[in-house]
Amino acid sequence: MIRPDAELLLQIVDLHARVEDQPILKGVNLEIRSGEIHAVMGRNGSGKSTLSKVLAGHPSYRVTGGTVHFRGENLLDLDPEQRARIGVFLGFQYPVEIPGVSNLEFLRVATNARRLERGEEELDTFAFEDLVTERLKVVQMDPAFLERSVNEGFSGGEKKRNEILQMALLEPVVAILDETDSGLDIDALRIVAGGVNHLASADNATLLITHYQRLLDVITPDFVHVMAAGRILRTGGKELALELEERGYDWVDAELAAIEGAEAPRTPMEVA
Amino acid sequence: MALASETNAPVVSPVAAWSERLLGQLPEPSGDLAAVQRRGRSALELLPLPRRHQEDWRFTDLSALTALTPSWSETSGEVPADLPAVAAGTLRLWLDGRGDPLAGVALPPGLAPLSSAELGQALGHTLAAVGCEHHWPVEFNHATAGRCLALRVSGRETIRLELVSAASGREAVLPLRLLLLVEEKAELELTQVLLGSGASLTSVVLEAHLGRKARLHHGLVALGEAPACLLAHLAVEQEPESRYQLTSASRGWALSRLEPRISQVSGAAHTQLEGLQLAQEHQVADTHTWMRFDGPDGTLDQLHKAIADGHGRSVFNGAVRVPRAAQRTNAAQLSRNLLLSNLARIDTKPELEIVADDVRCAHGATVSRLQLDELFYLQSRGIGADLAARLLKRGFCAEVLQALPAAASVWRPLDRLLQEGSPLLAPEQRP
Repeated sequence: MIRPDAELLLQIVDLHARVEDQPILKGVNLEIRSGEIHAVMGRNGSGKSTLSKVLAGHPSYRVTGGTVHFRGENLLDLDPEQRARIGVFLGFQYPVEIPGVSNLEFLRVATNARRLERGEEELDTFAFEDLVTERLKVVQMDPAFLERSVNEGFSGGEKKRNEILQMALLEPVVAILDETDSGLDIDALRIVAGGVNHLASADNATLLITHYQRLLDVITPDFVHVMAAGRILRTGGKELALELEERGYDWVDAELAAIEGAEAPRTPMEVA
Repeated sequence: MALASETNAPVVSPVAAWSERLLGQLPEPSGDLAAVQRRGRSALELLPLPRRHQEDWRFTDLSALTALTPSWSETSGEVPADLPAVAAGTLRLWLDGRGDPLAGVALPPGLAPLSSAELGQALGHTLAAVGCEHHWPVEFNHATAGRCLALRVSGRETIRLELVSAASGREAVLPLRLLLLVEEKAELELTQVLLGSGASLTSVVLEAHLGRKARLHHGLVALGEAPACLLAHLAVEQEPESRYQLTSASRGWALSRLEPRISQVSGAAHTQLEGLQLAQEHQVADTHTWMRFDGPDGTLDQLHKAIADGHGRSVFNGAVRVPRAAQRTNAAQLSRNLLLSNLARIDTKPELEIVADDVRCAHGATVSRLQLDELFYLQSRGIGADLAARLLKRGFCAEVLQALPAAASVWRPLDRLLQEGSPLLAPEQRP
């Protein structure tokens, strides 16, 4: 849902980031307003997963330039846990298994951390069980998964459902879903996408990181961004995703080469 | 380096003095163990304390032990009032290393004390079978233990037994000698709780013989508080189709040395070892396991975990002997370690000796920090870095602790294991 007067939730300006000494993001610009669903598409290695991790504050990624503001606040100044508490959520491409830590306890601690930040009361075990039972329906998840260790022995689909369950409990303002569709069969994809659609509202925004069009068949984006070589190359509506599906990513390479050629007319390769 | 300083120092006299002082205070040998005590005392006079140049003690700093001034005193024999209520269906025995733990206790059907004659016949058999009867900690126990709790387990009902002891500076030396005969098809769930505080040394020697198809689930929860030290030898013989499961957890001792030594006397049995040890501050936590298959078709499933923090040192050595007779042995050993401080140290070593050719013996060891990805995952859900680290530590420990016998839960082992302070105080009573 696009409303030009909606609140600007996330503003990314000329973002540069490295992992180890490798520059990955090379000037990302993106604005996300309340009520919008954005999709970032691109090949493996284009930087789209890095973008999601930088926004969530992964310690292995170093921001070397640019700014990110969340509701006017400098997001890059905050620890990962604080970003989560104020409403930035990252749905992991590969949710981490944590043996020995009860999923239920984990969900409760996480939910309470967010509630405290919002000025709400912490939920005790009983109140939380009521809440989680209700939210389980969003992802049609078996309550038995609450009793297990976090993600341990979960199938790929179960892990992704657990991610969306966390999203349902934390009620983020900006949800970044990194390749949530990967590893899902078509039924699981429908359930996960159904959960995302259910949670999307006029008061929040969703950023989908995806490789394939098929997720966008079930979640309709307002904006599609094509990422390549660490920057957003082109932005369009949902038809851009269809175009990618039809034409593949080769034209992106051509466009990129043209840009980089214009920026650096003499690359060392050409000289050699 | 350590060797040089030990060699240069006048080691003989202080070490001799260490034993002599104690030997001079011990009561005269008496009772069923009199002969054993006399032999042990003679042995101690000749046997120096273990030293770092002995391969088995190479990584184990014994200064916490030598710093103790061992002495002997009688105890009041009173059971502390603040023990947690015992689990339903479980018999609790209080061991003070002096009095008779069975005095005034009605034993359930299937559990009976051995007669003096039976004890005389069985005592020491398993220690010899697993080759540790002359180890220093065993001789120390021989010299000091005046009593052996010797029980026969029979029948079809699972017997649930809890043994509790607490050494403090007052007891100084707490020797525990145990002998368990688990007869054919009998089942015993044993929860052994060792508490230690003050300048004390707890010495445990346990012998267990498992008949055919017998099962022994042995939980050992050892909660110490430096400068207390613990030396424990657990010697087990298994007949075919028996099952021995040892789940051990220790923390807090200035020095703890745990030596489970198991022989599958004709193979074809199952042994499961799960260990967890925490070494913080300047503590030394050492587990040396030794497993021998004396026949074919035996299995071993072993997981040893350790956390080293502060200046703590963790040592694990896992010996597995597979002689020619032990064809089709299937053994798996895994050592997983968390190193949480730059000043802590972890030494972990598998020690496989395989002669038989048709066997499967897997082993592995990992030493790592808390996983960055696991921490980040928790943080990305709003959980602060400190709490996230605590959750991960709990998770690391829980894998072993959940294998303890159910009766151990009244001790809240996870809470007690991960918290500082006196292990005798219940967690809810702490400030």
